[in-house]
Amino acid sequence: MLRPRIIPSLLIHDNGLVKTVNFKNPKYVGDPINAVKIFNEKAVDELAVFDIDATVLGKEPNYSLIERLASQSMMPLCYGGGVKTVEQAQRIFSLGIEKIALSSAVLQYPKLITEISDRVGAQSVIVVLDVKKKLLGGYEVYTHNGKKATGINPFKFVEEAQKLGAGEIVINSIDKDGVMKGYDLDLIAKVREKISLPMTVLGGAGSLQDIEKVIDQHGVIGVAAGSLFVFKGPYKAVLINYPTQLEKNMIFKINE
Amino acid sequence: MITIIDYGVGNMNAFVNVYKRVNVPVKIAKTAVDLEGAQKIILPGVGHFDHAMAELIKSGMREKLDELVLVKKVPVIGICVGMQMMGNSSDEGKLEGLKWIDASIKKFDETKIQQVTRLPHMGWNDVHPVISNPLFEGLEKEALFYFLHSYYFECNNTADILATSEYGGEFTCAAHHENVYGIQFHPEKSHHYGETLLHNFAKL
Repeated sequence: MLRPRIIPSLLIHDNGLVKTVNFKNPKYVGDPINAVKIFNEKAVDELAVFDIDATVLGKEPNYSLIERLASQSMMPLCYGGGVKTVEQAQRIFSLGIEKIALSSAVLQYPKLITEISDRVGAQSVIVVLDVKKKLLGGYEVYTHNGKKATGINPFKFVEEAQKLGAGEIVINSIDKDGVMKGYDLDLIAKVREKISLPMTVLGGAGSLQDIEKVIDQHGVIGVAAGSLFVFKGPYKAVLINYPTQLEKNMIFKINE
Repeated sequence: MITIIDYGVGNMNAFVNVYKRVNVPVKIAKTAVDLEGAQKIILPGVGHFDHAMAELIKSGMREKLDELVLVKKVPVIGICVGMQMMGNSSDEGKLEGLKWIDASIKKFDETKIQQVTRLPHMGWNDVHPVISNPLFEGLEKEALFYFLHSYYFECNNTADILATSEYGGEFTCAAHHENVYGIQFHPEKSHHYGETLLHNFAKL
């Protein structure tokens, strides 16, 4: 049986691993290469790594770091941050990354989705939308770590991304980021009904029960979390953790 | 010694790293000359079938590979699109395959897949060996592997089926004919399960 995917999401800032709350106040949580090694041991389903400096500072992706991450990883790895061109995507792909996440570049120029997927295969092109609730209702897509409003409606854009050949959609809730009180289930359901593409949701997980709620509603889906897998306990001590195969089977309702 | 075919399609590094961990020497082959004396061959592959076939032909390695695999019977394993290339033809493209295993590559029937997300078949799934084979030693029970594909390998001879998986019905996820092996999933990204399988291949 095909399983849902439970995905640790790691943020890179100043070459270190950080965790944010509502996309702000990055707190240092460790070394990225070391984190990949620990997640290998824990046999995670997939790993997502986002460089939160690249787009904001207008920098090239850090290829040497990406190569070191990819060579350590015994699981599928998704990289996002600062990818603007087909050439950059191809270079990252050649370093051993399976999935490339695109956000601000494709919001400005959606056809880039098609151009990259034609070159590296649609299954490798992930469109990430950082989404925030509007004051008077509805949702809006943001870029530059939640600082730039785009005026783009996420429900319309996911349909367009699907048509243009994206392989997967990641919906990241800015309002729920780091809050650890559960996912925005309403947002997830609204996006889900727009697309048949594989989809991963991020933002808000505070417990395995929060993950279970999403899977109960949506079945095979990617459920990503940051804080949950790097912090432990009420004082948020840094401790990398991940459910065991047995715990995952309970979440997936598999009896083996 | 394992020889990995580098024709610009697929992720060599991941295989190199797995074999480094289990202390098996690896060689990367980019030309027909590099293939000389190969004892075990890995043919990786991702993306579009025709693109992968065209790049393999362009690399100049095809004739030498045919000789090693069909005449000298050197063990070879194709991974993902690398497996699909070992068949006769694919629904995805127009080019002929390598025809090392008598099989056709079909697209999954989306109407049989009972969930919102239909294609690609992406994520971790069970693999059930249907016959005993050294490739799956230690993986007979509870082995999970990472899949990412929309087309599957349909053997014309059921005797060639090595393992099956389930996605909108049962499909062949590993096949073999004499010295030729093909697997649809990604052992290089499947934790210790994949490491065991790739190590088993090295020991064949």
